Amino acid sequence: MTVGQLRVHADRDVCIGAGMCVLTAGAVFDQDDGGVVVVLEEMPADGPAVRKAVANCPSGALSALEP
Amino acid sequence: MTQAPVLPVHMRRRGFDPSPELTELRDGKGIDRIRTPFGVDAWLVTRFADVREVLSDSQRFSNVFLGRQQSGMPRMTADELARLRAGNLLAFDPPEHTRLRRLLTPEFTIRRMRRLEPRIREIVDEHLDALDRGGPPADLVAGFALPVPSLVICELLGVPYTDRAEFQRRTGRQLDLSLAVEERLRLGLESREYMGQLVARARANPGEDMLGMLVLEHGDELSTDELAGIASLLLIAGHETTSNMLGLGTLALLRHPDQLAIVRDEPDRVDAAVEELLRWLSIVHAGTGKLTTTEVEIAGQRIEAGEFVICALPAANRDPALLPDPERLDVTRGAMGHVAFGHGVHHCLGAPLARMEMRIAFPALLRRFPGLRTVSEEAEFRSFHVVYGLTSLPVAW
Repeated sequence: MTVGQLRVHADRDVCIGAGMCVLTAGAVFDQDDGGVVVVLEEMPADGPAVRKAVANCPSGALSALEP
Repeated sequence: MTQAPVLPVHMRRRGFDPSPELTELRDGKGIDRIRTPFGVDAWLVTRFADVREVLSDSQRFSNVFLGRQQSGMPRMTADELARLRAGNLLAFDPPEHTRLRRLLTPEFTIRRMRRLEPRIREIVDEHLDALDRGGPPADLVAGFALPVPSLVICELLGVPYTDRAEFQRRTGRQLDLSLAVEERLRLGLESREYMGQLVARARANPGEDMLGMLVLEHGDELSTDELAGIASLLLIAGHETTSNMLGLGTLALLRHPDQLAIVRDEPDRVDAAVEELLRWLSIVHAGTGKLTTTEVEIAGQRIEAGEFVICALPAANRDPALLPDPERLDVTRGAMGHVAFGHGVHHCLGAPLARMEMRIAFPALLRRFPGLRTVSEEAEFRSFHVVYGLTSLPVAW
Protein backbone atom coordinates (compact mmCIF):
# COMPACT_ATOMS: atom_id res chain seq x y z
CA MET A 1 0.00 0.00 0.00
CA THR A 2 1.32 3.38 -0.99
CA VAL A 3 1.64 5.72 1.94
CA GLY A 4 -0.28 8.99 1.71
CA GLN A 5 -2.87 7.91 -0.78
CA LEU A 6 -6.63 8.40 -0.80
CA ARG A 7 -8.78 5.27 -0.50
CA VAL A 8 -12.28 5.31 -2.04
CA HIS A 9 -15.29 3.32 -0.93
CA ALA A 10 -18.73 3.11 -2.56
CA ASP A 11 -21.80 1.72 -0.80
CA ARG A 12 -23.67 0.10 -3.67
CA ASP A 13 -26.81 -0.37 -1.55
CA VAL A 14 -27.08 3.35 -0.91
CA CYS A 15 -26.24 4.48 -4.49
CA ILE A 16 -29.16 5.96 -6.44
CA GLY A 17 -27.38 5.91 -9.80
CA ALA A 18 -27.26 9.67 -10.33
CA GLY A 19 -23.95 9.22 -12.16
CA MET A 20 -22.43 12.48 -10.95
CA CYS A 21 -19.26 10.71 -9.84
CA VAL A 22 -18.79 9.41 -13.40
CA LEU A 23 -19.08 12.95 -14.75
CA THR A 24 -16.71 14.32 -12.10
CA ALA A 25 -14.04 11.59 -11.98
CA GLY A 26 -14.64 9.21 -14.87
CA ALA A 27 -11.30 7.45 -14.45
CA VAL A 28 -12.20 6.40 -10.91
CA PHE A 29 -15.96 5.75 -11.06
CA ASP A 30 -18.22 3.96 -13.49
CA GLN A 31 -21.79 2.62 -13.46
CA ASP A 32 -22.85 -0.97 -14.04
CA ASP A 33 -25.77 -1.73 -16.39
CA GLY A 34 -28.18 -1.02 -13.57
CA GLY A 35 -26.69 2.43 -13.05
CA VAL A 36 -25.10 1.50 -9.70
CA VAL A 37 -21.62 2.88 -8.98
CA VAL A 38 -18.52 0.79 -9.61
CA VAL A 39 -15.14 1.90 -8.27
CA LEU A 40 -12.51 1.44 -10.98
CA GLU A 41 -9.57 2.63 -8.92
CA GLU A 42 -9.69 2.13 -5.18
CA MET A 43 -6.60 4.22 -4.59
CA PRO A 44 -6.92 6.95 -7.18
CA ALA A 45 -4.24 9.37 -8.22
CA ASP A 46 -6.61 12.28 -8.90
CA GLY A 47 -7.36 13.48 -5.37
CA PRO A 48 -9.22 16.77 -5.99
CA ALA A 49 -11.71 15.31 -8.51
CA VAL A 50 -12.38 12.32 -6.27
CA ARG A 51 -12.96 14.53 -3.22
CA LYS A 52 -15.37 16.61 -5.28
CA ALA A 53 -17.23 13.49 -6.42
CA VAL A 54 -17.50 12.28 -2.82
CA ALA A 55 -18.74 15.67 -1.57
CA ASN A 56 -21.31 16.04 -4.35
CA CYS A 57 -22.68 12.49 -4.30
CA PRO A 58 -26.42 13.04 -3.74
CA SER A 59 -27.07 9.78 -1.91
CA GLY A 60 -23.97 9.86 0.26
CA ALA A 61 -22.88 6.49 -1.12
CA LEU A 62 -19.26 7.55 -1.57
CA SER A 63 -16.59 7.99 1.05
CA ALA A 64 -12.89 8.70 0.85
CA LEU A 65 -10.45 7.69 3.54
CA GLU A 66 -7.77 10.31 3.79
CA PRO A 67 -4.22 8.99 4.19
CA MET B 1 -65.22 38.12 -6.06
CA THR B 2 -62.41 35.58 -6.17
CA GLN B 3 -59.31 36.50 -4.26
CA ALA B 4 -56.04 36.49 -6.16
CA PRO B 5 -53.79 33.81 -4.68
CA VAL B 6 -50.75 35.13 -2.81
CA LEU B 7 -47.38 33.91 -3.99
CA PRO B 8 -45.49 32.31 -1.07
CA VAL B 9 -42.12 33.87 -0.29
CA HIS B 10 -40.05 30.96 -1.61
CA MET B 11 -41.61 31.39 -5.06
CA ARG B 12 -41.16 35.13 -5.28
CA ARG B 13 -38.52 36.38 -7.68
CA ARG B 14 -37.32 39.59 -9.15
CA GLY B 15 -36.49 38.72 -12.73
CA PHE B 16 -33.79 36.07 -12.50
CA ASP B 17 -33.17 36.60 -8.81
CA PRO B 18 -34.81 35.27 -5.65
CA SER B 19 -36.85 38.02 -4.01
CA PRO B 20 -35.02 40.31 -1.56
CA GLU B 21 -37.24 39.01 1.30
CA LEU B 22 -36.00 35.50 0.66
CA THR B 23 -32.36 36.56 0.54
CA GLU B 24 -32.82 38.55 3.77
CA LEU B 25 -34.34 35.54 5.46
CA ARG B 26 -31.39 33.36 4.42
CA ASP B 27 -28.83 35.90 5.59
CA GLY B 28 -30.76 36.55 8.80
CA LYS B 29 -32.37 33.84 10.90
CA GLY B 30 -32.28 31.31 8.06
CA ILE B 31 -35.65 29.69 8.70
CA ASP B 32 -39.22 30.93 8.96
CA ARG B 33 -42.78 29.76 9.23
CA ILE B 34 -44.71 30.41 6.01
CA ARG B 35 -48.16 29.85 4.58
CA THR B 36 -48.14 27.55 1.54
CA PRO B 37 -50.52 27.74 -1.43
CA PHE B 38 -52.13 24.55 -0.09
CA GLY B 39 -53.32 26.32 3.01
CA VAL B 40 -51.01 24.51 5.41
CA ASP B 41 -48.13 26.17 7.23
CA ALA B 42 -44.56 25.05 6.65
CA TRP B 43 -41.01 25.77 7.79
CA LEU B 44 -38.98 27.36 5.02
CA VAL B 45 -35.29 26.38 5.07
CA THR B 46 -33.05 28.71 3.06
CA ARG B 47 -29.32 28.19 3.71
CA PHE B 48 -27.23 25.88 1.57
CA ALA B 49 -25.94 23.69 4.40
CA ASP B 50 -29.39 23.38 6.01
CA VAL B 51 -31.08 22.58 2.70
CA ARG B 52 -28.53 19.86 2.04
CA GLU B 53 -29.03 18.48 5.52
CA VAL B 54 -32.81 18.26 5.10
CA LEU B 55 -32.65 16.77 1.61
CA SER B 56 -30.06 14.15 2.51
CA ASP B 57 -31.98 12.79 5.50
CA SER B 58 -35.03 10.91 4.28
CA GLN B 59 -35.45 9.23 7.67
CA ARG B 60 -36.20 12.42 9.56
CA PHE B 61 -37.60 14.33 6.55
CA SER B 62 -40.10 12.11 4.77
CA ASN B 63 -41.70 12.44 1.32
CA VAL B 64 -44.68 10.36 2.37
CA PHE B 65 -47.40 12.94 2.45
CA LEU B 66 -47.98 13.26 -1.27
CA GLY B 67 -50.94 11.07 -2.08
CA ARG B 68 -52.32 11.52 1.43
CA GLN B 69 -55.41 13.49 2.22
CA GLN B 70 -54.32 17.12 2.59
CA SER B 71 -56.26 20.15 3.64
CA GLY B 72 -57.80 21.96 0.72
CA MET B 73 -58.06 18.73 -1.22
CA PRO B 74 -61.46 17.32 -2.12
CA ARG B 75 -62.20 14.25 0.03
CA MET B 76 -60.97 11.11 -1.63
CA THR B 77 -61.31 7.45 -0.80
CA ALA B 78 -58.23 5.48 0.32
CA ASP B 79 -58.41 3.69 -2.99
CA GLU B 80 -58.34 6.89 -5.04
CA LEU B 81 -55.43 8.21 -3.00
CA ALA B 82 -53.46 5.00 -3.47
CA ARG B 83 -54.04 5.23 -7.21
CA LEU B 84 -52.87 8.84 -7.28
CA ARG B 85 -49.69 7.85 -5.48
CA ALA B 86 -48.82 4.59 -7.26
CA GLY B 87 -45.52 4.77 -9.12
CA ASN B 88 -44.85 8.39 -8.11
CA LEU B 89 -41.27 8.15 -6.90
CA LEU B 90 -41.59 11.50 -5.15
CA ALA B 91 -44.28 10.16 -2.84
CA PHE B 92 -42.19 7.37 -1.29
CA ASP B 93 -39.25 7.00 1.09
CA PRO B 94 -36.68 4.21 1.05
CA PRO B 95 -36.98 1.24 0.79
CA GLU B 96 -40.10 1.56 -1.45
CA HIS B 97 -38.53 4.51 -3.24
CA THR B 98 -35.31 2.57 -3.79
CA ARG B 99 -37.22 -0.28 -5.42
CA LEU B 100 -38.94 2.07 -7.90
CA ARG B 101 -35.84 4.13 -8.60
CA ARG B 102 -33.68 1.07 -9.28
CA LEU B 103 -36.08 0.05 -12.05
CA LEU B 104 -35.36 3.33 -13.81
CA THR B 105 -31.68 4.05 -13.14
CA PRO B 106 -30.49 1.76 -15.98
CA GLU B 107 -32.29 4.11 -18.38
CA PHE B 108 -30.45 7.21 -17.17
CA THR B 109 -26.83 6.09 -16.87
CA ILE B 110 -24.14 8.35 -18.28
CA ARG B 111 -23.36 5.66 -20.88
CA ARG B 112 -27.03 5.56 -21.97
CA MET B 113 -27.12 9.33 -22.27
CA ARG B 114 -24.01 9.32 -24.47
CA ARG B 115 -25.73 6.85 -26.76
CA LEU B 116 -28.68 9.26 -27.03
CA GLU B 117 -26.45 12.17 -27.92
CA PRO B 118 -26.59 11.88 -31.75
CA ARG B 119 -30.38 11.71 -31.71
CA ILE B 120 -30.62 14.74 -29.42
CA ARG B 121 -28.33 16.66 -31.79
CA GLU B 122 -30.61 15.72 -34.67
CA ILE B 123 -33.71 16.88 -32.80
CA VAL B 124 -32.03 20.19 -31.89
CA ASP B 125 -30.91 20.75 -35.50
CA GLU B 126 -34.35 19.94 -36.91
CA HIS B 127 -35.93 22.56 -34.67
CA LEU B 128 -33.27 25.14 -35.54
CA ASP B 129 -33.91 24.41 -39.23
CA ALA B 130 -37.61 24.97 -38.70
CA LEU B 131 -36.99 28.30 -36.93
CA ASP B 132 -34.67 29.31 -39.73
CA ARG B 133 -37.25 28.44 -42.39
CA GLY B 134 -40.01 30.32 -40.57
CA GLY B 135 -37.78 33.37 -40.21
CA PRO B 136 -37.84 36.03 -37.48
CA PRO B 137 -39.57 36.98 -35.31
CA ALA B 138 -40.31 33.72 -33.51
CA ASP B 139 -41.26 32.56 -30.05
CA LEU B 140 -38.23 30.67 -28.79
CA VAL B 141 -40.27 28.87 -26.12
CA ALA B 142 -42.87 27.47 -28.54
CA GLY B 143 -40.40 26.87 -31.37
CA PHE B 144 -37.39 25.48 -29.51
CA ALA B 145 -37.26 25.42 -25.70
CA LEU B 146 -40.45 23.38 -25.25
CA PRO B 147 -40.53 21.07 -28.31
CA VAL B 148 -36.91 19.86 -28.09
CA PRO B 149 -37.13 18.26 -24.61
CA SER B 150 -40.72 17.28 -25.31
CA LEU B 151 -39.76 15.20 -28.35
CA VAL B 152 -36.75 13.75 -26.52
CA ILE B 153 -38.79 12.51 -23.54
CA CYS B 154 -41.57 11.22 -25.81
CA GLU B 155 -39.15 9.11 -27.84
CA LEU B 156 -37.40 7.89 -24.71
CA LEU B 157 -40.63 6.93 -22.95
CA GLY B 158 -42.61 5.75 -25.94
CA VAL B 159 -45.29 8.43 -25.93
CA PRO B 160 -46.71 9.33 -29.37
CA TYR B 161 -45.52 12.86 -30.13
CA THR B 162 -48.65 13.36 -32.22
CA ASP B 163 -50.60 13.59 -28.92
CA ARG B 164 -48.44 16.52 -27.78
CA ALA B 165 -51.02 19.31 -28.04
CA GLU B 166 -53.03 17.55 -25.36
CA PHE B 167 -50.30 16.47 -22.94
CA GLN B 168 -48.19 19.62 -23.22
CA ARG B 169 -51.21 21.64 -22.17
CA ARG B 170 -51.81 19.20 -19.32
CA THR B 171 -48.24 19.05 -17.95
CA GLY B 172 -48.07 22.84 -17.90
CA ARG B 173 -51.36 23.19 -16.04
CA GLN B 174 -50.76 20.36 -13.56
CA LEU B 175 -47.97 22.39 -11.93
CA ASP B 176 -49.75 25.73 -12.20
CA LEU B 177 -50.53 26.72 -8.62
CA SER B 178 -52.93 29.47 -9.64
CA LEU B 179 -55.41 26.75 -10.63
CA ALA B 180 -57.75 25.24 -8.06
CA VAL B 181 -56.47 22.06 -6.46
CA GLU B 182 -59.53 20.16 -7.78
CA GLU B 183 -58.58 21.14 -11.32
CA ARG B 184 -54.97 20.03 -10.86
CA LEU B 185 -56.06 16.72 -9.36
CA ARG B 186 -58.42 16.19 -12.28
CA LEU B 187 -55.55 16.83 -14.71
CA GLY B 188 -53.36 14.39 -12.76
CA LEU B 189 -56.01 11.69 -13.08
CA GLU B 190 -56.44 12.49 -16.76
CA SER B 191 -52.71 12.12 -17.27
CA ARG B 192 -52.76 8.74 -15.50
CA GLU B 193 -55.72 7.66 -17.61
CA TYR B 194 -53.82 8.54 -20.78
CA MET B 195 -50.66 6.79 -19.57
CA GLY B 196 -52.74 3.76 -18.57
CA GLN B 197 -53.80 3.41 -22.19
CA LEU B 198 -50.19 3.62 -23.35
CA VAL B 199 -49.18 1.02 -20.74
CA ALA B 200 -51.92 -1.34 -21.93
CA ARG B 201 -50.67 -0.88 -25.48
CA ALA B 202 -47.08 -1.54 -24.40
CA ARG B 203 -48.18 -4.69 -22.55
CA ALA B 204 -49.78 -6.00 -25.74
CA ASN B 205 -46.94 -4.93 -27.99
CA PRO B 206 -43.83 -3.71 -26.16
CA GLY B 207 -41.61 -1.35 -28.16
CA GLU B 208 -37.92 -0.51 -27.80
CA ASP B 209 -38.66 2.46 -25.54
CA MET B 210 -38.75 2.79 -21.75
CA LEU B 211 -42.39 1.73 -21.40
CA GLY B 212 -41.63 -1.35 -23.50
CA MET B 213 -38.58 -2.15 -21.38
CA LEU B 214 -40.48 -1.70 -18.10
CA VAL B 215 -43.27 -3.96 -19.31
CA LEU B 216 -40.88 -6.64 -20.59
CA GLU B 217 -38.53 -6.67 -17.62
CA HIS B 218 -40.80 -5.72 -14.73
CA GLY B 219 -44.31 -6.22 -16.12
CA ASP B 220 -45.14 -8.83 -13.47
CA GLU B 221 -44.01 -6.88 -10.43
CA LEU B 222 -45.50 -3.52 -11.45
CA SER B 223 -49.22 -2.81 -11.57
CA THR B 224 -50.69 -0.80 -14.44
CA ASP B 225 -51.29 2.03 -11.94
CA GLU B 226 -47.62 2.01 -10.95
CA LEU B 227 -46.46 1.98 -14.56
CA ALA B 228 -48.83 4.81 -15.42
CA GLY B 229 -47.60 6.75 -12.37
CA ILE B 230 -43.95 6.34 -13.30
CA ALA B 231 -44.57 7.35 -16.91
CA SER B 232 -46.75 10.28 -15.90
CA LEU B 233 -44.06 11.64 -13.59
CA LEU B 234 -41.35 11.27 -16.23
CA LEU B 235 -43.49 12.99 -18.85
CA ILE B 236 -44.14 15.99 -16.59
CA ALA B 237 -40.53 16.14 -15.41
CA GLY B 238 -39.24 15.90 -18.97
CA HIS B 239 -41.42 18.79 -20.07
CA GLU B 240 -41.39 21.31 -17.30
CA THR B 241 -37.71 21.40 -16.44
CA THR B 242 -35.31 21.42 -19.38
CA SER B 243 -37.70 23.53 -21.45
CA ASN B 244 -37.74 26.26 -18.81
CA MET B 245 -33.98 26.09 -18.43
CA LEU B 246 -33.58 26.53 -22.18
CA GLY B 247 -35.99 29.47 -22.36
CA LEU B 248 -34.87 31.28 -19.20
CA GLY B 249 -31.22 30.36 -19.79
CA THR B 250 -31.28 31.86 -23.28
CA LEU B 251 -32.76 35.09 -21.95
CA ALA B 252 -30.13 35.18 -19.18
CA LEU B 253 -27.37 34.82 -21.76
CA LEU B 254 -28.90 37.47 -24.04
CA ARG B 255 -28.85 39.86 -21.08
CA HIS B 256 -25.18 38.97 -20.40
CA PRO B 257 -23.56 39.17 -23.86
CA ASP B 258 -20.03 38.47 -22.57
CA GLN B 259 -21.27 35.22 -21.02
CA LEU B 260 -23.22 34.36 -24.16
CA ALA B 261 -20.07 34.71 -26.27
CA ILE B 262 -18.27 32.18 -24.06
CA VAL B 263 -21.05 29.59 -24.44
CA ARG B 264 -21.16 30.19 -28.19
CA ASP B 265 -17.42 30.25 -28.91
CA GLU B 266 -15.72 28.07 -26.32
CA PRO B 267 -16.95 24.45 -26.47
CA ASP B 268 -14.68 23.41 -23.58
CA ARG B 269 -16.53 25.76 -21.27
CA VAL B 270 -20.07 24.62 -22.08
CA ASP B 271 -20.31 21.99 -19.31
CA ALA B 272 -19.33 24.55 -16.68
CA ALA B 273 -21.71 27.11 -18.20
CA VAL B 274 -24.64 24.70 -17.89
CA GLU B 275 -23.86 24.13 -14.18
CA GLU B 276 -23.65 27.87 -13.55
CA LEU B 277 -26.95 28.50 -15.33
CA LEU B 278 -28.55 25.69 -13.31
CA ARG B 279 -27.28 27.23 -10.08
CA TRP B 280 -28.00 30.84 -10.91
CA LEU B 281 -31.51 30.26 -12.30
CA SER B 282 -32.58 27.46 -9.91
CA ILE B 283 -35.86 27.11 -11.76
CA VAL B 284 -37.36 24.61 -9.31
CA HIS B 285 -38.40 26.77 -6.36
CA ALA B 286 -38.53 24.02 -3.78
CA GLY B 287 -38.81 20.46 -5.03
CA THR B 288 -41.09 18.33 -2.88
CA GLY B 289 -41.91 19.36 0.67
CA LYS B 290 -40.94 17.11 3.56
CA LEU B 291 -42.76 15.89 6.63
CA THR B 292 -40.74 15.58 9.84
CA THR B 293 -40.95 12.07 11.30
CA THR B 294 -39.51 13.06 14.66
CA GLU B 295 -38.57 16.20 16.55
CA VAL B 296 -35.68 17.86 14.74
CA GLU B 297 -33.56 20.97 14.97
CA ILE B 298 -32.60 22.84 11.84
CA ALA B 299 -31.06 26.30 11.52
CA GLY B 300 -31.31 26.51 15.31
CA GLN B 301 -35.08 26.00 15.21
CA ARG B 302 -36.72 23.14 17.06
CA ILE B 303 -39.45 21.55 14.95
CA GLU B 304 -42.02 19.04 16.15
CA ALA B 305 -42.71 15.73 14.43
CA GLY B 306 -45.37 15.91 11.73
CA GLU B 307 -44.53 19.40 10.45
CA PHE B 308 -43.95 20.43 6.84
CA VAL B 309 -40.52 21.59 5.77
CA ILE B 310 -39.82 23.31 2.44
CA CYS B 311 -36.35 23.95 1.02
CA ALA B 312 -35.80 27.18 -0.92
CA LEU B 313 -33.43 25.99 -3.65
CA PRO B 314 -32.76 29.41 -5.29
CA ALA B 315 -31.81 30.91 -1.90
CA ALA B 316 -29.50 27.98 -1.13
CA ASN B 317 -27.85 28.19 -4.53
CA ARG B 318 -27.04 31.86 -3.96
CA ASP B 319 -25.77 31.37 -0.43
CA PRO B 320 -22.38 33.09 0.04
CA ALA B 321 -21.43 29.95 1.99
CA LEU B 322 -21.63 27.98 -1.29
CA LEU B 323 -19.45 30.29 -3.36
CA PRO B 324 -18.14 33.87 -3.34
CA ASP B 325 -20.12 36.58 -5.12
CA PRO B 326 -23.12 34.26 -5.57
CA GLU B 327 -25.35 36.88 -7.26
CA ARG B 328 -23.05 37.13 -10.26
CA LEU B 329 -23.57 34.91 -13.32
CA ASP B 330 -20.11 33.69 -14.29
CA VAL B 331 -20.33 30.74 -16.65
CA THR B 332 -16.62 30.02 -16.43
CA ARG B 333 -16.79 28.96 -12.78
CA GLY B 334 -19.76 26.59 -13.01
CA ALA B 335 -19.45 23.32 -11.12
CA MET B 336 -21.62 20.58 -9.70
CA GLY B 337 -22.39 20.82 -6.03
CA HIS B 338 -25.36 23.19 -6.31
CA VAL B 339 -28.81 21.94 -5.35
CA ALA B 340 -30.71 22.87 -8.53
CA PHE B 341 -31.42 19.15 -9.07
CA GLY B 342 -32.08 18.66 -5.37
CA HIS B 343 -29.97 16.41 -3.18
CA GLY B 344 -30.36 13.10 -1.39
CA VAL B 345 -32.22 10.03 -2.64
CA HIS B 346 -34.71 12.13 -4.62
CA HIS B 347 -31.98 13.94 -6.57
CA CYS B 348 -33.38 14.44 -10.08
CA LEU B 349 -33.42 11.12 -11.94
CA GLY B 350 -33.33 12.89 -15.29
CA ALA B 351 -30.38 15.16 -14.42
CA PRO B 352 -27.98 13.39 -16.83
CA LEU B 353 -30.52 13.79 -19.63
CA ALA B 354 -31.18 17.44 -18.79
CA ARG B 355 -27.45 18.18 -18.74
CA MET B 356 -26.94 16.45 -22.08
CA GLU B 357 -29.84 18.36 -23.69
CA MET B 358 -28.59 21.73 -22.44
CA ARG B 359 -24.96 21.05 -23.35
CA ILE B 360 -26.11 20.43 -26.92
CA ALA B 361 -28.94 22.95 -27.26
CA PHE B 362 -27.41 26.20 -25.92
CA PRO B 363 -24.31 26.32 -28.14
CA ALA B 364 -26.19 24.96 -31.17
CA LEU B 365 -28.80 27.73 -30.87
CA LEU B 366 -26.23 30.48 -30.36
CA ARG B 367 -24.05 29.31 -33.24
CA ARG B 368 -26.95 28.97 -35.64
CA PHE B 369 -28.21 32.47 -34.88
CA PRO B 370 -25.20 34.64 -33.93
CA GLY B 371 -27.41 37.71 -34.12
CA LEU B 372 -30.05 36.31 -31.73
CA ARG B 373 -31.81 39.08 -29.81
CA THR B 374 -34.99 39.67 -27.85
CA VAL B 375 -37.78 41.51 -29.62
CA SER B 376 -39.01 43.42 -26.57
CA GLU B 377 -37.35 44.65 -23.39
CA GLU B 378 -40.05 43.12 -21.21
CA ALA B 379 -39.97 39.42 -20.41
CA GLU B 380 -43.01 37.48 -19.31
CA PHE B 381 -41.87 35.44 -16.32
CA ARG B 382 -44.11 32.61 -15.20
CA SER B 383 -44.68 32.94 -11.47
CA PHE B 384 -47.48 30.74 -10.18
CA HIS B 385 -45.82 27.57 -11.19
CA VAL B 386 -43.86 24.84 -9.43
CA VAL B 387 -41.11 25.49 -11.99
CA TYR B 388 -40.00 29.04 -12.82
CA GLY B 389 -39.69 30.03 -16.44
CA LEU B 390 -40.95 32.17 -19.29
CA THR B 391 -44.38 31.95 -20.88
CA SER B 392 -42.86 33.06 -24.17
CA LEU B 393 -39.63 34.53 -25.51
CA PRO B 394 -40.08 36.49 -28.76
CA VAL B 395 -36.73 36.68 -30.56
CA ALA B 396 -35.27 37.80 -33.87
CA TRP B 397 -31.87 37.20 -35.50
